[in-house]
Amino acid sequence: MRSRALGIAALFLLPNLLGFLAFTLFPVVASFALSFCRWDPVAEAVGAIEPVGLRNYQDLLGFHGRTDPGGQTSWVANTPRFWESLYNTVFMMLAIPFNMAASLLLAVLLNRKMRGMAIFRTAFFLPSITAGVGTMLLWMWMFNKDMGTINQVLAWVGIQGPDWLQSYFWAKPALMLMASWASIGGVNMILYLAGLQQIPRELHEAAALDGAGHWRQLRHVTVPMLLPVTFFIFIISIISGLEGGFDAPYVMTGGSFGTTTVSLYLYRQGFEFFRMGYASAVAWVLFLIVFLLTMINWRLAEKRVEY
Amino acid sequence: MPGRTNRSHLLVYGLLLVLAASMLFPFYWMAITSLKGKADVFSTEPKLLPGRQLAERVVDDPRWFFHSGTGNYSQLLAWQRLVEPGSGPRGFSRFVLNTVFFALAITLGQVITSSLAAFAFARLRFPGRKQVFFAYLATLMIPATVTMIPSYILLRELGWVNTYQAVILPSVFTAYGTFMLRQFFLTIPREIEDAARIDGCSPLGLYWRIALPLSTPALAALSIVAFVGSWRTFMWPLIVSSSEDLFNLPLGLSLFRGIYTDPDWPLLMAGSMIMTLPMILVFIVGQRYFVEGIRLGAVKG
Repeated sequence: MRSRALGIAALFLLPNLLGFLAFTLFPVVASFALSFCRWDPVAEAVGAIEPVGLRNYQDLLGFHGRTDPGGQTSWVANTPRFWESLYNTVFMMLAIPFNMAASLLLAVLLNRKMRGMAIFRTAFFLPSITAGVGTMLLWMWMFNKDMGTINQVLAWVGIQGPDWLQSYFWAKPALMLMASWASIGGVNMILYLAGLQQIPRELHEAAALDGAGHWRQLRHVTVPMLLPVTFFIFIISIISGLEGGFDAPYVMTGGSFGTTTVSLYLYRQGFEFFRMGYASAVAWVLFLIVFLLTMINWRLAEKRVEY
Repeated sequence: MPGRTNRSHLLVYGLLLVLAASMLFPFYWMAITSLKGKADVFSTEPKLLPGRQLAERVVDDPRWFFHSGTGNYSQLLAWQRLVEPGSGPRGFSRFVLNTVFFALAITLGQVITSSLAAFAFARLRFPGRKQVFFAYLATLMIPATVTMIPSYILLRELGWVNTYQAVILPSVFTAYGTFMLRQFFLTIPREIEDAARIDGCSPLGLYWRIALPLSTPALAALSIVAFVGSWRTFMWPLIVSSSEDLFNLPLGLSLFRGIYTDPDWPLLMAGSMIMTLPMILVFIVGQRYFVEGIRLGAVKG
């Protein structure tokens, strides 16, 4: 009986399980092993994978002393480009708190019992559901120095706009602006809306009786009650911020002007310079950062969310 | 205080309208630009209401819209480069067909494999069920950047680089979909299952005649997520395909932009419209299920 149950279950699980083994479990193990090896898939066959110990990680994270002609020794990163891409990635993640606040405000507005809210919800959601190479080309056109919408609007108020995507100062903010457009009305807003609808009405009524206005109710009732969903969104945003950010710089700037993210750096190392072992090490460093942040955040969430 | 309520309603409506207009303006701009000629975007002075000229032209002569207005679209769909020998449609129309094929194949594959597995996790009892399910859950955390290099190596060893199955297969298996459908299957009342069992229904019959029909909303939600996700997928096809015959719209558009040093923006915006409009339509048709799917999938939080 036991073995029969197992047999039937196996039939149901088989298709998914095979894919899971081939494209998740095997890759995770193989990628970890590969991060301690050197391998160039263009020049060599799979058999020529050569173990190098911790060298990839040393190249990636290590520093070495350098003595300048004056005799002063300073520490220099072995791979400044990796740290630069990490800096770019983290810089562009600075938009996360603003995006979350904007999502929350949209959700609060939509949570009113008024006609036509579904239409507004759809309108806010469209940018996130359509975000892709199509909308990236659209934003490249809107960021165009002379004919782009954004600089034309700026020109009306007498400001001469920059060449957004061709400037070290403005390229990152430009990509951040586009990402905000594509995210504030998306999944996060829906999650906030679901969270708002779970807050018991009595809490707001009690606060109103105590003389709290809209603003104070938002601060002292709504925001604290939404703390769990806020933590959830924050973690997810950090994870996707660290791991994502490949398509936009690849298509819009080619990674120039300080827009190379860690995932773009990883792709270049692996699939353009064919340093598969080194690229795997990058992936694992990224994974470990994400893992640690997730753990820290969950710990904080556990402590703070209970009252 | 009806007066006060009305005024605050009006204020909220006004705010929502302004916000919605600014979120939707880029789409409007994309549509307007896609109907212009290449020179038009240079000659016009900035207008308060872009698109007025176009509207005037259409009102003047409605036939214009179909003769010249949609010129960018027909030019794009006819565009091709003869690089390598091959059969079937080439160039941009091929990108469109590939995108449709990838999206349908991946969506169908995800629905089949994840509903089967979800049924086993939710409705069958077998040794090791908890452990296997936990392993699935854990994989939700593993980023694509970790798995993509060995997945590429695996497909290369199979000789599948530059094939349709290399683009489709790795995306067919989804832990997220399995998790979401399992949550839904768990809500089916035990009594229905018991009654069917007494009538001699096999596990496969339970899956096909009870679990699936009762879960249309969840299946619709997963289908929409899968369809939109595979419609716009960029990184994985970029890794496994170098032949233009395999390109989907995202790769094709990115290639197209790179070809010209002096981009023809109206033409590119027509391409963006062709990629973006189907996603808008799918979302509007199925948004009720889609929103439900986000809630089901987020319960894990």
